[in-house]
Amino acid sequence: MNVKVEVKNLKKSFHKLNVLNGIDLTVYEGEVVCIIGPSGSGKSTLLRCLNRLEDATGGQVIVDGYDITDKKTNINKVREKIGMVFQNFNLFAHLTVLQNIMLAPVDLKIMSKEEAHKTAIELLKRVGLEDKAECHPHQLSGGQQQRVAIARALAMKPDIMLFDEPTSALDPEMVGEVLAVMKELASQGMTMICVTHEMGFAKEVADRVIFIDEGVIMEEGTPEDVFTNTKNPRAIDFLNKVL
Amino acid sequence: MDFTRTILESTPLLLEGIKITILISVISLIIGMVIGLLMCIMGMSKNILLKAISGVYIWIIRGTPMIVQAFIVYFGMPQVIQLFNPSFRIEAFTAGIITLSLNAGAYLAEIFRGGIMAVPKGQTEAARSLGLSKSRTMLKIILPQAFKVAIPSMVNQFIITVKDTSILSVIGLADIVNKAKVYVGKSYQFFATYILVAVYYLIVISILMLLSKYLEKKINYERKGRS
Repeated sequence: MNVKVEVKNLKKSFHKLNVLNGIDLTVYEGEVVCIIGPSGSGKSTLLRCLNRLEDATGGQVIVDGYDITDKKTNINKVREKIGMVFQNFNLFAHLTVLQNIMLAPVDLKIMSKEEAHKTAIELLKRVGLEDKAECHPHQLSGGQQQRVAIARALAMKPDIMLFDEPTSALDPEMVGEVLAVMKELASQGMTMICVTHEMGFAKEVADRVIFIDEGVIMEEGTPEDVFTNTKNPRAIDFLNKVL
Repeated sequence: MDFTRTILESTPLLLEGIKITILISVISLIIGMVIGLLMCIMGMSKNILLKAISGVYIWIIRGTPMIVQAFIVYFGMPQVIQLFNPSFRIEAFTAGIITLSLNAGAYLAEIFRGGIMAVPKGQTEAARSLGLSKSRTMLKIILPQAFKVAIPSMVNQFIITVKDTSILSVIGLADIVNKAKVYVGKSYQFFATYILVAVYYLIVISILMLLSKYLEKKINYERKGRS
């Protein structure tokens, strides 16, 4: 299997606060990796280092063969192939749903306007929102906005999708619709790295679960390894609180 | 006091003056917008020199009265330039444009900065995560949203600039206040003339306000078609 993401001894600190203390992680093509852990453990920071929304303080991050910790790497080119979905959706407020999805492929000259339009409509059908194409983001519910955000990321035809707590800002009844889209995506063989609090989703969909605390990987393995067989006291403590 | 006669007599002069007022306002605001945007972007850059230039410029303009700035540009600057080029002359109109543009530019820079800061960080992150460069993100995502936030303050600055042209009458700009002074000098109709001048300003600024209302409505995507 091809290696998609390779993280070597990744360190990140904000001023004097050490958030990541040496993370090693390899993600293979088609794998679904869920990162869990208490808040403040560094899981979102780790994810944001994978497309350089945060600059690493030390170590190496190699995505699709590009060393993105190297300043000479054209990060914009690498990012085209890494989709990201945020906790707060971050849809472009001044654009319609359709424009949100079409913007990047057209602006980066990856597709013509017609192609991008066609792709956007297909993606909206896939996430079940084709009737919302002309709406502005504020007219949609949280769950709908997040599904548009996923469609927007997919429009770039990424190899890897990063999810940063995609359901944490949603009302409970909307969590399901977003998870359903993510499940469908996983079943299509997309390489996915998800920071999540949805343990049910992690159990069901993840090939591998990673438990992070205090900026290091404390436990790693199949969902069963982590959720039922772990011997790590921190992991046991955390799982007791959330399960 | 004969109001009707004053209106009839002064109208040609005042119309000529208001034309100059409007012309100098429009030119200065266009130049001021360019300066403002430039200074705003310089002020937000990581380059310390660019940041310092923008900071000092805004500091000086905001910290000094416009009448002093006008005197420096109209009387002071030519004196220095004449050391090198004795035939140098500056017209009140040119000096007025320089003063007003520099003035509006400083305030607009701050207004633009406020607008840009008001756009949530997540918008930048989303755009960058899709592969857009810094400048494309600024152009396609941040500025359109910042502009919307900034419209009310921008229009406010436009109004201030239109009114501030009257200060330039002291350096001899042939604006409406100057023309009124000329007319009053021979007719002694102070009350009627200056009331008329006030009405002229009111009309021009009311048009500006209506224009801004229209613009705000047009650009307000959050209210448009709310379901």
